[in-house]
Amino acid sequence: MIAFESVGKTYPDGTVAVADFDLEIASHESVVLVGTSGSGKTTLMRMVNRMVDPTQGRVTIDGEDVAATDPVALRRSVGYVMQASGLLPHRTVLDNIATVPVLRGTGKAQAHERAAELMEVVGLEESMASRYPSQLSGGQQQRVGVARALAADPNILLMDEPFGAVDPIVRAELQTELLRLQRELRKTIVFVTHDIDEAFLVGDRVVILKPGGHIAQIGTPEQILAEPADDFVRSFVGADRAERRLHLQQVAGREVVVDASGRAAGVLEQGGTP
Amino acid sequence: MIQLLEAFAWLADPTRWSGPDSIPVRLLEHLWYTLLGVGIAALIAVPVGLVVGHTHRGRGLTVALSGAARALPTLGLVTLFGLWFGIGLTAPVLAFVILAIPSLLAGAYSACEAVDARTVDAARAQGMTEWQILTRVEIPLGLPLLISGIRLASVQVVATVMLASYIGNGGLGRYIFLGLNLSDYPQMLAGSILVVALALVIDLALRLVERVAAPRGAARG
Repeated sequence: MIAFESVGKTYPDGTVAVADFDLEIASHESVVLVGTSGSGKTTLMRMVNRMVDPTQGRVTIDGEDVAATDPVALRRSVGYVMQASGLLPHRTVLDNIATVPVLRGTGKAQAHERAAELMEVVGLEESMASRYPSQLSGGQQQRVGVARALAADPNILLMDEPFGAVDPIVRAELQTELLRLQRELRKTIVFVTHDIDEAFLVGDRVVILKPGGHIAQIGTPEQILAEPADDFVRSFVGADRAERRLHLQQVAGREVVVDASGRAAGVLEQGGTP
Repeated sequence: MIQLLEAFAWLADPTRWSGPDSIPVRLLEHLWYTLLGVGIAALIAVPVGLVVGHTHRGRGLTVALSGAARALPTLGLVTLFGLWFGIGLTAPVLAFVILAIPSLLAGAYSACEAVDARTVDAARAQGMTEWQILTRVEIPLGLPLLISGIRLASVQVVATVMLASYIGNGGLGRYIFLGLNLSDYPQMLAGSILVVALALVIDLALRLVERVAAPRGAARG
């Protein structure tokens, strides 16, 4: 479990990135922090592995204050996927994935073996192992980034707009893969994005942030769509957007779902969600 | 033109290629002084430059001091240190160290600074210590720039090492100062040709090393 307890971050020049933030994230849960730039979402996420130290309050993992841990050891135990992958350009795919196990003292051969397994897990072909990051597409680089974050089998996975720099088709593919992985691996995920649709897809719970790390609303995607807390949330999730307002029409004996602009969105199936 | 031909004739004379005052001996002395000057300067400037580049602290001060060091005339320094330490190698080598430091310093800190900040941030977030970031990320990626600093310093020093002979040491400067004193211009010119050739060879050799040192995969497609 990760807990933020009245956490704040004020920079030396007086800028308040986060004012007073409280949140508990259960183990195996995936929580998405979503907000515009300046909402402090990345700052908050980076407090978990001490890439940022809060100036007030504390962050705990399983009850232990992270401020009391060695930042290097902590970072090796937490997976971190970043935007634009952040791979080491002078190392091969296999070496990049093996980074953390090698840092933790695993032998190179064993770390490479594990890295090869992970390439399969994230859907990378074996032939990519000896390539360099610059020889991969953006989507492939992000897969390597995910594999690297998983290499030391961390309980916690931090994901900082991991699919923000790839085109929409590849993004949808990577999102689906992430959902599949999460069903198998059940990590505790803190995911940061500015894309509300991505937040609703990935998050068990979604935290909508206003500038300064103020929480506008916390809830499951369904709760937030059903009951937006205020106008800010309503406009942020696009509750008034035509494609979010659906109604049913009878066509040829079946119920067709139509959005507010009259576009047919799909067919209503009996028996609820899978 | 005739003096140039005479200089080549001087160089071609086989008696100058063996014995205690021969060209190979002076060439080796010249190289040794260069190595001494650049080597000592590197021991000081490379660690300082890497720390400045890695921490992003003290850059302004470093640039200011480098600028000041560049402005010092080496001949003046050799004379000054010569008066201070007397005849011998200390004075000229000290002057060469001061001459070499700015280029080495600039090479070292730009080697660190040229590495993408996001790559360094990612390395830190994976749990690399600061030392590991420096030795496994910044130095390998910045190596060509570091070597380019060594190359610039070496070429500057190799062209200036003839000043060592000005206060009684060996090196190729011997021919230049002897020629000057005896008004033996072909000998002076021959000495200069040797210094120029040596500088070109060192420049070329280190350019090759730079290319070999370029990290694999770093060429952005």
